[in-house]
Amino acid sequence: MARSKNRKPAEVSSGSMADIAFLLLIFFLVTTTIANDKGILISLPPKPDPNEPPPVVEKNDKNIYAILANSQDKLLVESEPYEGTMEELTEDIKKFVLNFGKPGEEGVAVYNSLPSSLKSYINSNGRDPASSDDPIEAVVSFKANRGTTYELYINVLDAVYKAYDEIYAERAGLTVEEWLTLDKSKDAQREIYAQAREGIGRNISIAEPN
Amino acid sequence: MSKFKKSSSTSNDIPTAALPDIIFMLLFFFMVTTVMRETDILVKQQLPRATQLTKIERKSLVSYIYIGEPKNPSLYGTEPRVQTNDVFIEPTDIIQFVNQEKDKLSEVERDQITMSLKGDIEIKMGIVSDVQQQLREANARKVLYSSIKRLDN
Repeated sequence: MARSKNRKPAEVSSGSMADIAFLLLIFFLVTTTIANDKGILISLPPKPDPNEPPPVVEKNDKNIYAILANSQDKLLVESEPYEGTMEELTEDIKKFVLNFGKPGEEGVAVYNSLPSSLKSYINSNGRDPASSDDPIEAVVSFKANRGTTYELYINVLDAVYKAYDEIYAERAGLTVEEWLTLDKSKDAQREIYAQAREGIGRNISIAEPN
Repeated sequence: MSKFKKSSSTSNDIPTAALPDIIFMLLFFFMVTTVMRETDILVKQQLPRATQLTKIERKSLVSYIYIGEPKNPSLYGTEPRVQTNDVFIEPTDIIQFVNQEKDKLSEVERDQITMSLKGDIEIKMGIVSDVQQQLREANARKVLYSSIKRLDN
């Protein structure tokens, strides 16, 4: 008993602890793939009810911006073969949506809520009566062929989304980048988001490929 | 002179006792954020590039469907195939897959399930459309076309 009193308290040497931790750290550093799953989000239509016939669409042709893609990856936009770039397509869609050719009551209200930069953009394009009535009525329709490549499909979809996002961003007074990074889980940002989209829904119809 | 002489008793070593703790903290951070790849991807995966990307808000609601040409053509042929988890399936089996994935979620979250479609750029729309038809049947209607950020503009 007397001997144990003089003994030093037993210690585990902790000098190599940092080395062990470093090894583990390097292992996890190497194996980590921080999840960064991003993409274009769409909602599919609900499955057709066999008891009900498909709804008949009563829309003026002028309110539909039709994009067709064939199996050779060629585009037919508004019944004309299309050779331009995706940026030009975005610009065309933007013009189509913000045409206000013959706005209805709600269309006028949407027009009045737009910032002046967008109003002057609309008026500089001449408000073509042969194009869409107002953004509420305007629909972008996209139909691909079974032989169309997935890459072209995504490119066109991206161009359409971009047109709408540019409109929303301008309406909210943000850049497109800022618009895309809005965090919808925060109330203030969700409000900006809802305000910018009010009245200008993203009316995209993606038809089943034939 | 000796009055102003610095006392030499102070050591100028940086105390390293807290170093393991710092390292451990980093270690825990990476341990928590690590997602080990749980599936072997058997198909070619060159994702398309796009600009208008949405970020997924809740990862637990996402299931993955891989579509592409098999990496091992001698075994699986050259036609694009659909892969979920570790196996190739036919598009008609997707309903079953979706129901399995939905069973993993709680009752209230089942409608919010998002299917992340990881399609190779070379596949045709035919197979994508077949998959989407099945997803409609299975009532998993949120689809994310997984893509990479394009930097040119």
